Amino acid sequence: MSDPETFRVEVRAWLERNCPASLRAPANAAVSSEDTICWGGRGWVFASEDQRLWLERMAARGWTAPEWPRDYGGGGLDRAEARVLREELARIRARSPLASFGLSMLGPALLRYGSEEQKRRFLPPIVRGEIRWCQGYSEPGAGSDLAGLQTRAEDRGDHFLVNGQKIWTSYADQADWIFCLVRTDATAAKQEGISFLLFDMESPGVSTRPITLISGSSPFCETFFHEVRVPKDQLVGELNRGWEIAKYLLTHEREMISALFGVGSAGQATLAEVARDRIGLRAGRLADPGLRHDIARQAIDAEAFAATLERVVDEAKSGLGTGAASSLLKYYGTELNKRRHELLMAIGGAEALGWEGERFDGGALARGWLRSKGNSIEGGTSEIQLNIIAKRILGLPG
Amino acid sequence: MALVWDDDERMLDEAARAFLDANSPPAELRRLRDSRDPEGFSRALWHEMAALGWAGLLVPEPYGGLGFAHTGAGILCEHGGRTLAASPLFATAIVGATLIGHLATDAQKQRLLPALARGELLCALALEERARHDPAAIAMSATPAGDGFRLDGEKHFVLDGHVADLLLVVARRADAASDEDGIEVFALPRATVGLGVERTVMADSRNAATLRCDGVHVAAEARLGLPGQAEAALAHTLDVARICVAAELLGVAAEVFARTVDYLKQRRQFGRVIGEFQALQHRAARLFCDIELTRSAVLRALRAIDAADPRLGALASVAKLQAAETATLAVNEAVQMHGGIGITDDIDIGLFMKRGATLRQLFGDSYFHADRYATLAGY
Ligand SMILES: Cc1cc2nc3c(=O)[nH]c(=O)nc-3n(C[C@H](O)[C@H](O)[C@H](O)COP(=O)(O)OP(=O)(O)OC[C@H]3O[C@@H](n4cnc5c(N)ncnc54)[C@H](O)[C@@H]3O)c2cc1C
Repeated sequence: MSDPETFRVEVRAWLERNCPASLRAPANAAVSSEDTICWGGRGWVFASEDQRLWLERMAARGWTAPEWPRDYGGGGLDRAEARVLREELARIRARSPLASFGLSMLGPALLRYGSEEQKRRFLPPIVRGEIRWCQGYSEPGAGSDLAGLQTRAEDRGDHFLVNGQKIWTSYADQADWIFCLVRTDATAAKQEGISFLLFDMESPGVSTRPITLISGSSPFCETFFHEVRVPKDQLVGELNRGWEIAKYLLTHEREMISALFGVGSAGQATLAEVARDRIGLRAGRLADPGLRHDIARQAIDAEAFAATLERVVDEAKSGLGTGAASSLLKYYGTELNKRRHELLMAIGGAEALGWEGERFDGGALARGWLRSKGNSIEGGTSEIQLNIIAKRILGLPG
Repeated sequence: MALVWDDDERMLDEAARAFLDANSPPAELRRLRDSRDPEGFSRALWHEMAALGWAGLLVPEPYGGLGFAHTGAGILCEHGGRTLAASPLFATAIVGATLIGHLATDAQKQRLLPALARGELLCALALEERARHDPAAIAMSATPAGDGFRLDGEKHFVLDGHVADLLLVVARRADAASDEDGIEVFALPRATVGLGVERTVMADSRNAATLRCDGVHVAAEARLGLPGQAEAALAHTLDVARICVAAELLGVAAEVFARTVDYLKQRRQFGRVIGEFQALQHRAARLFCDIELTRSAVLRALRAIDAADPRLGALASVAKLQAAETATLAVNEAVQMHGGIGITDDIDIGLFMKRGATLRQLFGDSYFHADRYATLAGY
């Protein structure tokens, strides 16, 4: 391990040379729009040559997955170094080179539960953004009550045969592979007959149907499996022990979602900046006193939330983790982000309701607001997080 | 600096918990209240606290203190909130020590701080003149007279005013160029002629007083520090004080919350414990989140004092507002979830509610801090 400050100097110099200028500006004044994100994958069309270069350079250093071991393509950084890298990226407002469910969800689960062979096979392409993954958890009858899932996988000797349906599978129509929860023992108690499978979305028998959201986009799908053959070596962990992996992965999903909502995340403008711009000041204060108060209250809560994100990292480092912190962060961060979008709509007034055309930036404000409504549903609803806190942390019965 | 305690801080936390649980639980506040104790705190307890080094916690070592990090003050205040311990700790060891430490000349420090650190010099800051915190509205006047000043005016909500040996009176020079200028702090011994101090009995049964200066003559040496320095030192002191108040509020919130969660696990209705009702579970879980956020905000602000963070003012407002809102919700939920017994004086929830209400006002309520935060952020 190098001294963090020496490392900072190196990182800063490297980023200066290697982060293309076009990927440093804030993506958007108020909301980061989906089309600035690089998801990677077999069929990925880069928005620009700079976007391609940025991914390639970061991936070559393993810095798309800074804390993963070098053996699997990661950066091999310790926590302190990873933090320095994050801070330096934030300092120049660099956009993330790669967003991916492989990085934020599957990777951590494979590192913990995957076989050596699986790690070597699946992790490096995730680091390089070559394979895009989707998450096959929810089903029409199994949302919050995820363990009630019905998609079946039958043991056929050298392979599993998968039949069933998933829903709300984000980007299933664009993903290359899926990590999928399936029932492998219908007679066991519901948490005990679940297994964790990986398979190619191009396998015969897989089909998807996009679902249109209130924001007008259709990032998620219904996903159907009809007699899909999955080789046995694509089972992660033990047969019928997938629920533990599923839950472990969910804690990473929650942390990923909540990390999106720290202060000054993703180069977004602050509410105050947007308000100053759109409403203006009178005698040094925002011209609307009620809105000014609400913006300050939101900003203060966001600062406390950012400090909490920081504290959770520091506590984990010194082995004092609060355990269910991911539920707290997920609940609070997503509710906070919904408040942020409500305020952006209030600041924007009628202009914020614009839906199409350049004047309205393609309706970015309204669409971002509508998208934020999903934050407190995806990855486990707010109510489910509160249930977890009440039972696991507070020890309330029932 | 990491947002976790280091070993020294953890040791202080354990010591403070054990000491205050044993020597000053809420029953002690009841005793002081019910016996109408004229001083409102126990001198014996204070001497023990001083012996532990708490009076001089923030006093630099050369002046006889421990020179501990401000997180230490936060830890003591949090336990003070948890146990409702009445003592001169806040007014003397935090507010007094900070203001003297940042404003006084070296000669004044030599004279005041060692005694303060031994617990032998009790201080009180006389600042407020209005019902709501407004540090810019100082009408107490300091008129140059002879080789000193004449002080005229009235102060309210002077914590520990009636027991303090030294009153730190904030005044505005009558010859000041503008309303913003000319703030000075005068250190007046209790026995100063013309100085009137009267205890006020407050809802939280803790110490406060009003103070009157009717043509009080003070020598030039009574002014702390050099002319023109008081404003900045006072501003810094107020931020330190606000953060420590936030820590005490955190203690109040966490304690009533713990008591409430216990009650949810014991009280049975409809053939089950009330903690099984999801309506209550979710309210408790939300409160848990608020308390965790408050803990982060308070720790962040405490660390900012020691790091001389340029955003100290904003971070102090974040901490104070978060803590006040969280504690307000916590005490209200505590009463509601205890049902009828919650509004009786038989259990301690009401004591926490009343203390919370005082702390919420102290050095700026949530409206004050939201406004200040916005102003500091330029909007
Ligand atoms: C934007 C977005 C992206 C998503 N991406 C994916 C994906 O990629 N892969 C995937 O598998 N899934 C995905 N999901 C699905 C998501 O995980 C589910 O929507 C979520 O778990 C809730 O399930 P449900 O929609 O069936 O709602 P339900 O479970 O039917 O919930 C309906 C309401 O009832 C409440 N409720 C349910 N149970 C309880 C309880 N015990 N106590 C109190 N209240 C309760 C809920 O909180 C909610 O308010 C995504 C969802 C969204 C919104």
